[in-house]
Amino acid sequence: MKIVCVYLFRFVFFFLLAASAFAGDRLVVIGSKKFTESYVLGEIAKRSLSEAGISIEHRQGMGGTIILWEALRSGQIDLYPEYTGTITQEILKRTDQLTFEQIASELGKAEVGMTQPLGFNNTYALVMLRSRAQKLGLRTVSDLRDHPELKFGLTHEFLDRQDGWRPLTQHYQLNPQSVVGIDHALGYAALANGSIDVKDAYSTDAKISEYDLVVLEDDQNFFPQYEAVFLFRNALPKSTIDSLRKLEGTIDEAKIIRLNAEAEHTKNYTRAASLYFRPDTGSIRQRTDSPWRTTTFGEGFPHKLVRWTLRHLELAGFSLLLSVLVGIPLGVWASRGGAIGHVILGFASVVQTIPSLALLALLVPLPFFGISVRTAIAALFLYGLLPIVRNTATGLQDIPRALRESAIALGLSPAARLWQIHLPMASRSILGGIKTSAVINVGTATLAALIGAGGLGEPILSGLNLNDHATILQGAIPAAVLALLVQWLFDLLDRVLIPKGLRL
Amino acid sequence: MSALVQLVGVSKTFGDAAAVHAVNLSVERGRTTVLIGPSGCGKSTLLRLIIGLLEPDTGEIQFDGTQLRPDKIDIVRHRVGYVIQEGGLFPHLTARGNILLMARHLGRAENEMRARLAELCALTRFPENLLDRYPLELSGGQRQRVSLMRALMLSPELLLLDEPLGALDPLVRAALQKDLKEIFARLRQTALLVTHDLAEAAYLGDEIVLMNEGRIVQQGSLNDLQQNPASNFVSEFINAQRGLALT
Repeated sequence: MKIVCVYLFRFVFFFLLAASAFAGDRLVVIGSKKFTESYVLGEIAKRSLSEAGISIEHRQGMGGTIILWEALRSGQIDLYPEYTGTITQEILKRTDQLTFEQIASELGKAEVGMTQPLGFNNTYALVMLRSRAQKLGLRTVSDLRDHPELKFGLTHEFLDRQDGWRPLTQHYQLNPQSVVGIDHALGYAALANGSIDVKDAYSTDAKISEYDLVVLEDDQNFFPQYEAVFLFRNALPKSTIDSLRKLEGTIDEAKIIRLNAEAEHTKNYTRAASLYFRPDTGSIRQRTDSPWRTTTFGEGFPHKLVRWTLRHLELAGFSLLLSVLVGIPLGVWASRGGAIGHVILGFASVVQTIPSLALLALLVPLPFFGISVRTAIAALFLYGLLPIVRNTATGLQDIPRALRESAIALGLSPAARLWQIHLPMASRSILGGIKTSAVINVGTATLAALIGAGGLGEPILSGLNLNDHATILQGAIPAAVLALLVQWLFDLLDRVLIPKGLRL
Repeated sequence: MSALVQLVGVSKTFGDAAAVHAVNLSVERGRTTVLIGPSGCGKSTLLRLIIGLLEPDTGEIQFDGTQLRPDKIDIVRHRVGYVIQEGGLFPHLTARGNILLMARHLGRAENEMRARLAELCALTRFPENLLDRYPLELSGGQRQRVSLMRALMLSPELLLLDEPLGALDPLVRAALQKDLKEIFARLRQTALLVTHDLAEAAYLGDEIVLMNEGRIVQQGSLNDLQQNPASNFVSEFINAQRGLALT
């Protein structure tokens, strides 16, 4: 009992720690989507506003359009970079082309403001190797019509999009013989070695300069405009909005391609953004030698690792605590069988079958949750529930009938039977369930980075977006080590918490 | 002497388990009553009805003159000890933990419990230095002695034993039979014992109750059953067991 009290105390202490982490100062919060350009624009806004004396937090790589939009509308973030084409199609859900003023007035209805264009248009484009295009004399998309023999390697997203491949072929009356779906990053390598001739890209993609590609001119204006802008909450102070507006018209295509290239090379968005503030961009190819090195704006790797790990433990630990506190009583209830028992086990199983990403996406629009640590903890809590509920129920059901009846025949009260006989006898199974939940939570907590909740998923996500294995491993290795440590810790805990008589 | 437990017209039928039909039975104070009969004749069911693990469909069970009621059953359980074949010891508790479980639950004084425990160890010939072992660290015979101590801890008025020696090898069994007989005599214990072994019934029982197919067939001493069998079944049952014993 004493041991239980000690653990309970520690859990409560941990609870308070975790709770205090939720309450933060109200800063201006910048969001960004999970790709390089969005990170860089976010960093530029951060530095620009900081220099105007505004306190800023930048939540990097929070997810896709809808997550950022909902976060903005609900006030969890104050501004984020967006593109006019995306606003029209994904936020306003319009299939027709809107003018800039129409978009602005539609957004105004949601109390959201939009800056003037930042100066570049990041639309879809078809790209080819410069040498190949020159040899064939290709300059525009229309020119492709005369070369049906060219091989197209297109991303799956582009093949499916409403403003993508099929309408493009109709618009330009293209009739190519060979079209394959290919991963975006692999597509560049395929272009370089000649296994495909044409691929889709974003017009500001850093790879365009890296692989010496040309963008085929959209001579019949098929692709919608994707002018980069910042969206912001109208509730922001006017001085903040004015500072943000200073960025309007200051970033052209050439510049953003350079900044994107710098970000992808150095894996350091702060550093890439700093180039924006330096007119002479002479030494942009200088690379940081090692991820361990501390740069002017970034924090050192050991410090980051500690921050990621602590947040990761907070996410996994707090959600596990909730799973235990809720899961064991539910398991006890379920062990008594009957309709309620089936409902409880069924519910826990169904939750487990929801893909973790989908569960996060379902929780984000709810009022209490949104883009926050709370959402991540709630999702992890739900995931951790099933192993604990099921193991508690089976552990209790596996107690032999003779022992169950002996406890009754002695005249022990139901509560005494539960605490002194049933739970101790099921302790091995229950702890096994908690261990499974803990290991699952440590693994799944990496997904929390998708909604900006941090943890070791942060470097994994950045690494995935940058196609950079070293960065992925910075998160993946500590996460794996953590899972092993958790496993080992629970093996130790088994010896403390499972009564000796059951371990003979 | 009056009956401590009285069953009047008790019936219990269920699924495929051993049912009992309109059973009338008295368990007399200070005597050892033995229920005997073939497997599935309902003898264990009677014990489980008395301790309240089952409720009768019809009829009534009186304990010390009061009818058993589900809401008052725990009070009766504290006055009854129950020993089953496998011992029913809780594996996560030591021998001592098992024996003292109920006394601790009821908040008995520590020194009172210690004295009673020493008394029981002497009574059941259980070495005190084994009290801190877990059930899995004890032999089958030792486990049954612990189980018996647990049942006797609160000085119960009635001791129910459901084939307590059924799983033991013959030598241990013989030693325990002898010890049980002494213990019953010393405590003047009212006991109701279930067995399928006629020799054990004859050795331990003051009164033998022979059951078949959920009904009491005959009740009396072994002599009565031999001399005046109530039916062919009684003779067959007795002869079958004797035949085995003699060969």
